[in-house]
Amino acid sequence: MIVPMPIIIVVTFAAVMGVAAVSTMVERRLLGFFQDRPGPNRVGPFGMFQVVADAVKMLFKQDWVPPFADKPVFLLAPIVGFMAVLLEFGVIPITPHWSIAGDLNVGLLFVFAMMGLAVYSVVLAGWSSNNKFALLGGMRAAAQMISYEVFMGLSLLGVVMTAGSFSLHDIVLAQSRCWFVIPQFLGCIVFLIAGIAETHRLPFDLPEGENELGAGFHTEYSGMKFGMFFLAEYAGVAMISALITTLYLGGWGGPILPPFLWFAIKVVFLICFFILLRAALPRPRYDQLMSFGWKILLPVSLINIVLTGAILLWQAGA
Amino acid sequence: MSVDFSVGLYGLIAIAATAMVITRARPVHALLYMVVALLALACLFDSLGAPFAAMLDVIVYAGAIMVLFVFVVMMINLGQPDETRERSWITPSNWFGPSVLAALLLTTLIFALGHGDAATGPNITEVGPTAVGMSLFGPYMLTVELASFLLLAGLVSAFHIGRALGEKR
Repeated sequence: MIVPMPIIIVVTFAAVMGVAAVSTMVERRLLGFFQDRPGPNRVGPFGMFQVVADAVKMLFKQDWVPPFADKPVFLLAPIVGFMAVLLEFGVIPITPHWSIAGDLNVGLLFVFAMMGLAVYSVVLAGWSSNNKFALLGGMRAAAQMISYEVFMGLSLLGVVMTAGSFSLHDIVLAQSRCWFVIPQFLGCIVFLIAGIAETHRLPFDLPEGENELGAGFHTEYSGMKFGMFFLAEYAGVAMISALITTLYLGGWGGPILPPFLWFAIKVVFLICFFILLRAALPRPRYDQLMSFGWKILLPVSLINIVLTGAILLWQAGA
Repeated sequence: MSVDFSVGLYGLIAIAATAMVITRARPVHALLYMVVALLALACLFDSLGAPFAAMLDVIVYAGAIMVLFVFVVMMINLGQPDETRERSWITPSNWFGPSVLAALLLTTLIFALGHGDAATGPNITEVGPTAVGMSLFGPYMLTVELASFLLLAGLVSAFHIGRALGEKR
């Protein structure tokens, strides 16, 4: 079945927005469950309309730009972050026939390029707010995201070497016999940790650590501009989950059930895992975060590359 | 959209953004225009059939180096006095000379483009990541090794500068 491209684009966009919005509610419910309290359960059945209530609240709040802010950059920052995350979804192959550019031959690099651009959103938000807390949050975000991007890139090289392609479609096809999470276990762990740092989620949410920085880089944001940061963060979580699914968990592959369902099950499982991590782990200190990255994750990902290369050469009989 | 049109469009965006980089008084705004210029350059690479180079341009230049520039500008946190001083430098007497020289260069470039074989036309072959890798570690091996020496030297000196001073181990 060939679906026309505009429909694919619109449906994928709507699905990403839907997942991002619903996961805000799911997160609060699950956190409530983990912490032995009900969570939001008043609006609609099981509190499902809480998302709608939140959206209405955010849309009707006064859209305010502080007079001391750098106005154009202040407006640009949330848009950049949001666009970058949405564009990343373009290269994810959801099923063999459902992706916007899943067989792009530089697909994985495109994801990295967009992640690199997403850094600007937090950095510029921090700078343009003209607020000390926001600036500190922005600087932390820049250092954290640039460092963890390095380990993320290195941890993926094992997958690229084994699959022999940057195209996410080919990477999924290469996993038809064995998911890469088994031969690339080290890489998968490093990628997961770097992914949490990249989306600055708890336990790595130092750019917005509320007990020391107010709300960090988005202290001055309100209304729908804050909502865009918020949605971009949850879309980012869905993005990292979709990437781990594609790169390490065999993408759409799986027995009996249709491909789309397998993809959805894996992504939802990983999103719930992200939420569990938030509930389970305390936040490290900033210097601990950086030294953990450079002193543990960097050597581990390099060892992973060397081992993968050696094994591949050995198998090729060189 | 034909290739010629898109190449021209991206080229114009790159040139306009670069002009904005030179004329902005606020360093962060100038840096943002520079990012736009680099992105336009990446689009140009991609439409000329080099997607790998395009992605590296975004990852390395726009995504890493420019972020570091923005980071440093944020750290020094230049205020209003610097901005007014910067504005006072953008005067006709300052930009006239360089503009004449740049215009001369531009005429030479247009002349050369008009008379050489540089006009490629639409027969563009796409160079994928595999082809780039094969040529980097084939005929250009020596250059790659030299570049890696240079980067290693840079890494060692950065490590030396960044060491903890007067701290007992």
